[in-house]
Amino acid sequence: MDDVKKTNLKKASEHGIQAPLALLAELSHRCPLQCPYCSNPVQLEKKTGELTTDEWKSVIDQAVEMGMHQIHLSGGEPTVRHDLEDIIEHCNKQGLYTNLITSGVLLNLDRLKKLESLGLEHVQLSFQDTDNENADRIGGFKGGHSKKLEVAKWVREVELPLTCNCVVHRQNIDNLENFIQMALDLDAERVEIAQVQYYGWALKNRAAFIPTPEQLDHATEIVEKARVDLKGKLVIDYVIPDYYAKHPKNCMGGWGRRFLNMNPKGDVLPCHAAETIPHLKFDNVREKSLKWIWENSEAFNIYRGTDWMPDPCKSCDRKEIDWGGCRCQAMALTGDAKNTDPACSISPLHNEIFSMAAEEAKRAPPEFIYRRYGVRFNSPI
Amino acid sequence: MTDILKIEDETVPRFPKHVKFRHNKARDEWVILAPERLVNLDQIAVEILKMVDGEKKVKEISAELSKKFNAPEETIISDVKEMLQDLSDKGFIEEKNG
Repeated sequence: MDDVKKTNLKKASEHGIQAPLALLAELSHRCPLQCPYCSNPVQLEKKTGELTTDEWKSVIDQAVEMGMHQIHLSGGEPTVRHDLEDIIEHCNKQGLYTNLITSGVLLNLDRLKKLESLGLEHVQLSFQDTDNENADRIGGFKGGHSKKLEVAKWVREVELPLTCNCVVHRQNIDNLENFIQMALDLDAERVEIAQVQYYGWALKNRAAFIPTPEQLDHATEIVEKARVDLKGKLVIDYVIPDYYAKHPKNCMGGWGRRFLNMNPKGDVLPCHAAETIPHLKFDNVREKSLKWIWENSEAFNIYRGTDWMPDPCKSCDRKEIDWGGCRCQAMALTGDAKNTDPACSISPLHNEIFSMAAEEAKRAPPEFIYRRYGVRFNSPI
Repeated sequence: MTDILKIEDETVPRFPKHVKFRHNKARDEWVILAPERLVNLDQIAVEILKMVDGEKKVKEISAELSKKFNAPEETIISDVKEMLQDLSDKGFIEEKNG
């Protein structure tokens, strides 16, 4: 457990941290898809606990007052909410740049037109593969892929910009060039090629997803070439699985430095996976203001800055570049969120953990454990 | 998206529909917002971008700035083109009717 003295925690302003840049708003954990790498917590929030329309509007007002620039309306599947229209209209009225992060499968053209007219500014559509059958198998939703292709066309028809979000792993990474071509064919502005990040659901399914180092090298070559060839035509964002990186990612730009995340019931989290750290206590917008939470919440202050770091992070000259990597990954793989993220090659656990993952990548992939709403896992993962 | 744009004197630059050049009141700063992108701007960039209205050509923008800041036009126009080219390469500027 954590031995940081909580009473001595410095607040955001004492770290020189300004207001967050963007809010990731998980409107609901409900989702018709069952992707086995879902970023939602393993314990999903029920509909009855979700914030109301007015509560979200108040959050939006507070975010703007603090100086936030963007809001990402996400989930679960945000379009399950019938008040999405009201929420988008309010975001636009307040001047927040409004993104919708969706699987698309519940949308129709009329609703999309309506959302655009109310001020929606960007749609990010998820794709599980370019191969119809495999995409539907991964998402656990029959007919999903063909519906998504249709939705992508509607997005462009209403003249909204489109990002294709493509989560890649060993079971679809050989289609990487097809993903990029699909984004071009769909007239997307941007494509995100994101390797699975292993927390929560994805960690349960790691052996089914982790690519071999050779697959990864090949993928990186493809992306680098496409970035040159498509400069000015298609923006390609690329996230490598940090198991194979030399340095850990500077997760969220540092804990509690740039972003915040809200779950469907209004808990304010430093990142979407923060609930996997069992000793964190989150403050809730039903009880405290967003501004107060950003400045004072223990869940934020506990890993802000560098004071909390043990070695090797403490004495590392990259400590204010990587910020120790990812707390949730440190928790999941070492049992202590304070430890150096084992994705870092300097971590004492790096070799042991990542050679284990690389071994998994060589074996036949096991069956998926699907993200099913209502399923509860009580055992440690 | 269209082919790669080369910013010339005659180009009429504008922001694509999904790119917003906005003033953030709480921070009192101008920024460019695009999908999951935030571009912080220095004061010179802000002055240039305030002129980008989808009507003025690069050379007209440069001439106005040259007058406003009492600076040689050939310096200004090369700064303007360089900055707009950089923003265009990143997808934040397009050409009107381009």
